[in-house]
Amino acid sequence: MSDKKFSELSRRGFIKVGTGAMAAASMPMFFVKNAWAKNFRNDPKDANSVKFGFNVPQTGAYADEGADELRAYKLAVKHINGEGDGGMLNTMKPLTLKGTGVLGKKVEYVTGDTQTKSDAARASAKRMIEKDGVLMVTGGSSSGVAIAVQGLCQEMGIIFMAGLTHSNDTTGKDKRRYGFRHFFNAYMSGRALGPVLKKEYGTDRKAYHLTADYTWGWTQEESIKQTTEELGWKTVATVRTPVGAGDFSQYITPVLNSGADVLILNHYGKDMINSLTQAIQFGLKDKMVDGKQFEIVVPLFSRLMAQGAGDAIKGILGTTNWNWQLQDEGSKAFVKSFGQEYGFPPSMAAQTCYVQALLYADAVERAGTFYPPQVIKALEDFNFDGMGNGPTYYRGADHQCFKDVLVVRGNQNPTSQFDLLQVEQIVPRDQVEYDPKIFGGELGPYEV
Amino acid sequence: MDAILIQILNGLDKGGAYALIALGLTLVFGTLGVVNFAHGALFMLGAFCAVITQKLLTVSKLVKDESITFFDAYKETPYLELWWGDFGKTIIDWSVPISILLTVPLMLLIGLSMERGLIRYFYKRSHAEQILVTFGLAIVLQEIVRSLFGANPIPTPAPSIIAGSAPIGAFLGLDEALVYPWWRLIYLLFSVFTVSAVFAFLQLTTFGMVVRAGMHDRETVGLLGINVERRFTIVFGIAAVVTGLAGAMYAPILSPDYHMGMDFLVLSFIVVVVGGMGSLRGAVAAGFLLGLLQSFASMNEVKSILPGIDQIIIYLVAVVIILVRPRGLMGRKGVMEE
Repeated sequence: MSDKKFSELSRRGFIKVGTGAMAAASMPMFFVKNAWAKNFRNDPKDANSVKFGFNVPQTGAYADEGADELRAYKLAVKHINGEGDGGMLNTMKPLTLKGTGVLGKKVEYVTGDTQTKSDAARASAKRMIEKDGVLMVTGGSSSGVAIAVQGLCQEMGIIFMAGLTHSNDTTGKDKRRYGFRHFFNAYMSGRALGPVLKKEYGTDRKAYHLTADYTWGWTQEESIKQTTEELGWKTVATVRTPVGAGDFSQYITPVLNSGADVLILNHYGKDMINSLTQAIQFGLKDKMVDGKQFEIVVPLFSRLMAQGAGDAIKGILGTTNWNWQLQDEGSKAFVKSFGQEYGFPPSMAAQTCYVQALLYADAVERAGTFYPPQVIKALEDFNFDGMGNGPTYYRGADHQCFKDVLVVRGNQNPTSQFDLLQVEQIVPRDQVEYDPKIFGGELGPYEV
Repeated sequence: MDAILIQILNGLDKGGAYALIALGLTLVFGTLGVVNFAHGALFMLGAFCAVITQKLLTVSKLVKDESITFFDAYKETPYLELWWGDFGKTIIDWSVPISILLTVPLMLLIGLSMERGLIRYFYKRSHAEQILVTFGLAIVLQEIVRSLFGANPIPTPAPSIIAGSAPIGAFLGLDEALVYPWWRLIYLLFSVFTVSAVFAFLQLTTFGMVVRAGMHDRETVGLLGINVERRFTIVFGIAAVVTGLAGAMYAPILSPDYHMGMDFLVLSFIVVVVGGMGSLRGAVAAGFLLGLLQSFASMNEVKSILPGIDQIIIYLVAVVIILVRPRGLMGRKGVMEE
């Protein structure tokens, strides 16, 4: 009897007790999200607020762009915390954020100055991580800086949402598991520009490249050269110029009798403004070579740069990540929020930074934890819409965003002081996508 | 041949700018014995005199773009254009040359205030202290400019009639495709004229003679009952004007931004060191020499043999000169040799 009883109890008891034990064991995890996560750097635990680190150029040549990034971040924090009109939170799809901070915690921020110098940017990011306890670092206006800070963030186990960085290396050979880029890259600029260059300037051209001598310049030169040579263009020369050269005349004079009929300026910011202005002073825009009109192409430029270049940029072709005149709902919502807050339209740097801040916050909300590996997984292969440039995909294989790319031209007849870029073509996302293997690199581990 | 000719022109034109900046720096060092790290800031302030002139001449009537509702966007039409039509347009177009009228008095005032208000208290201090205080002043000045004008370069074009290139190939009976920007040729002439004027002033006037004597032996000139200090204050003002003019005229070549002074600071010191601290002739000669070397080092033919030489040539020359002849090409014996 007792044996039978024991045997019955054993069988049923095992199922009941086992099920009960498993349910009991999983209850805390079910109610307290991600209690399974181990300790991680800057875990906010029971704090009422969390800090983001905005690492932007506040001094140096990109200080204006940095100031615009900071404005966008402040706006993003407002919207995440449920203040203001909500901006892109009204248009982002899918959206998990509730406008009550992140996981119920209010978002605060600290700022740092990258000075557009890799060492200064790393020091600033390190200070924010170690001293201020930030959970995420974001911002910047240079690929050199982005790659340097991204490397540091990987070592320290802090997610880095890159600001303006256009080098293929950021999500190519130097990609990191903890680094994410919403901005487009040089390869995409090449893919987007190619068909327009063919249509405008034909297939029989000779190109001369002046290239900023650092990671971004090198990869842009490589990508644009590849694109133009596929069109049938010949490359006459690729000349590296020091960053911040100021006077580029000694590099422009050899162009005059090189036989080239297109000058491609792989310069950004102040360098681009100076080299373009000086190239025009040397008569390159009016020059004829073997019966062909000489042309100048600037593969990457922005409204802020167009403002600095003045009349020199008029009619020049290039690409840009985003423009405030886009008419999709996400762009309109952001321009409205930003314009009402600050009295002028946002730059492309501001847009990418604003989107990056929202994307991180939303990923945390979806992951249900601040634990970086889970947040990374929430960002990887995430498809979203309503944040400008159409449906966008954050590719897991290299942490590069894919979206429509804008081919623009310096506006010949602006209607206002902000109407400096004319969108020539919106190139669909599928035309700029590529195999992540072409740039190599390793993302590295989730756990650090 | 064409390529060499154009690089010579380019080198002379660059050298003109270097010589002008270094001339002001040498004047101050030679007379006051002050190593002025705010000299680059004076160049930047000069360039911003051109910006201010342009902004004053283009004060505009704003017509709001009603299609934009989230912020105010305007179509701007300068009042000068509205009032005087084409004549108004021409005045705006010539804003950089016109800016000389503002640059001379403003830079003189800035120079005199700088010397009387700050620099004179550091005459007897060490060079290290002079460098610290003038460097600090440079940072203050550039941050003031940044707060007023932002960090982005401001386009300041040359008058449209001379904004393009001169067909120098056709002038010289060479390849017709050979051109060189008019404004750079004008800048070269301007720098030669300004350097000559400063030398003539120092060589041909009594004031200049006293200054030169003071540069050579300040104490003895003082013992003769001449107020050398007052003359040196004026020299500081003149140096500020020369540097400011160099900056204003450079504005169409390099769109002014608040940081441009710092970019030129290192370069101008190298020119002075190579030329010889305190030597006016040395500064001018070194300016043109380094301009030419930099230009030739950037030729693709040279770079194919020595990659990257264009980026280091100036520093390389400076290192060699300091090692071989510490006083510089034309420096006086004993000055900065130890």
